[in-house]
Amino acid sequence: MNPVRLFFHIGRYWLLMSQVFRRPEKRKIFWQRFFHEVDAIGIGSLGIVAIISVFMGAVITIQAAFGFESPWIPLYAVGLAARDSIILEFSPTIVSLILAGKVGSSIASEIGNMRVTEQIDALDVMGVNSASFLVLPKIVASVAIFPFVVMISMFLGHIGGFVLGVAAGVVTPYEFVYGIQYEFRPYNVFYALIKTAVFGFIIPSVSAYHGYYTKGGSLEVGQSSTNAVVYSIIALLCFNFLLTQLLLA
Amino acid sequence: MIEVKHLNKAFGEKVVLRDFSFTFEQGKANLIIGESGTGKSVLSKCMVGLITPETGEVLYDGKDFLHMGFEDRKDVRQQIGMLFQGGALFDSMTVEENVKFPLKMFTNMSEAEQLDRVMFCLERVNLPQAAKLYPAEISGGMKKRVAIARAISLKPRYLFCDEPNSGLDPLTAIRIDELIQEITEEYKMTTIVITHDMNSVLEIGDKIAFLHKGAKLWEGNRHEILTADVKELSDFVYATKFLKSFREQLRKM
Repeated sequence: MNPVRLFFHIGRYWLLMSQVFRRPEKRKIFWQRFFHEVDAIGIGSLGIVAIISVFMGAVITIQAAFGFESPWIPLYAVGLAARDSIILEFSPTIVSLILAGKVGSSIASEIGNMRVTEQIDALDVMGVNSASFLVLPKIVASVAIFPFVVMISMFLGHIGGFVLGVAAGVVTPYEFVYGIQYEFRPYNVFYALIKTAVFGFIIPSVSAYHGYYTKGGSLEVGQSSTNAVVYSIIALLCFNFLLTQLLLA
Repeated sequence: MIEVKHLNKAFGEKVVLRDFSFTFEQGKANLIIGESGTGKSVLSKCMVGLITPETGEVLYDGKDFLHMGFEDRKDVRQQIGMLFQGGALFDSMTVEENVKFPLKMFTNMSEAEQLDRVMFCLERVNLPQAAKLYPAEISGGMKKRVAIARAISLKPRYLFCDEPNSGLDPLTAIRIDELIQEITEEYKMTTIVITHDMNSVLEIGDKIAFLHKGAKLWEGNRHEILTADVKELSDFVYATKFLKSFREQLRKM
């Protein structure tokens, strides 16, 4: 991307955010929309997150066992490696990348479609702060619900690793449970949840930005949706690096 | 009353509005007519603040709208009803919720009072039976009528209609015109209709401005338009074969 265009987008993104973070017109309507978004963004994503978490947990366990074939490495290291992989990176980052695809494209296409069919203009003409009305409940809901989704992912990842790892015969139940308890650091969970909350801000805000400034018709709505996913993922990976450096280094 | 003074707007090199001035009178259907691409919709969007013009003033009953802050504009905007070209109904809401939306946002009416007002507005546009349907389940003409019901739910002082007849069959178009005229008189509103439909012009044009290449070339009313001596306007008015033959007959008489 042209650096001048990059600065243009960053500037316009912050201008949009300054509009988004204004006091909602009616609190009652804000909370109604918030719970609707919690349902759509959080509860609606649980199915895919659960399936991915169980199988990724299992694959991580089997890969760890495959790598630890040396007799010098105790078998409980399989559980330990699976735990740290799931908590530190898999659940917060990979699940957020998947949510960027699912939630980000949905937000961008919803808002983009509202833009090209003049529904956002209709809100503005009525005197409603359209940016705040449409985007704020999505951001607040994502920041609030993503950490819970990721905690569920962590739990299911461990369950998947345990059940399928044991079923595959790569680890015993005792060694896996001992491994996931071995030198457990609660700070790692805290780090993962902080990361997830930040990702919960990035995904809806970047996606809403692309949807809000859509111009044209249905083709451009599709392009906005694709751009929303691509730029959410890039921003997410950059912040993943920054937050890891800040919180773990 | 809305006064527009010396409005200018350009998109890059392309000048869309050139020194447009006009007074939109209260209780009348004020029409902006002209060919496609002459700046009619841009003018209406400048007037409601969706597009910022380079220079000029828009005065709503004497208040300078374009130089107001967000909160002051909000007060004026709550007195504006707007009917967009495609209706601009909220897809995720039923017809009833669409009409109720401004009431929920800007009034402290109880749920029962809101419902009463919604049903009154839907009955006004002859659509009480569509209350529970979604916009995707109703026809184009019904969408326009729902949009009118939503626009009048807060009893606005100003009504903007952007091409209210586009994409409608002649009978439905006439019904929409009649509805606009009726509610304009009923609520003593300042109504602004953007159109290039000559039927609307002859049906409801209390006051008309003709736009050509962004500039106002003529103003008058529906009785004067057929005999106006402006070439561009005559070309526009007599573009259809029916009106052309009507003009020929007039000349022979």
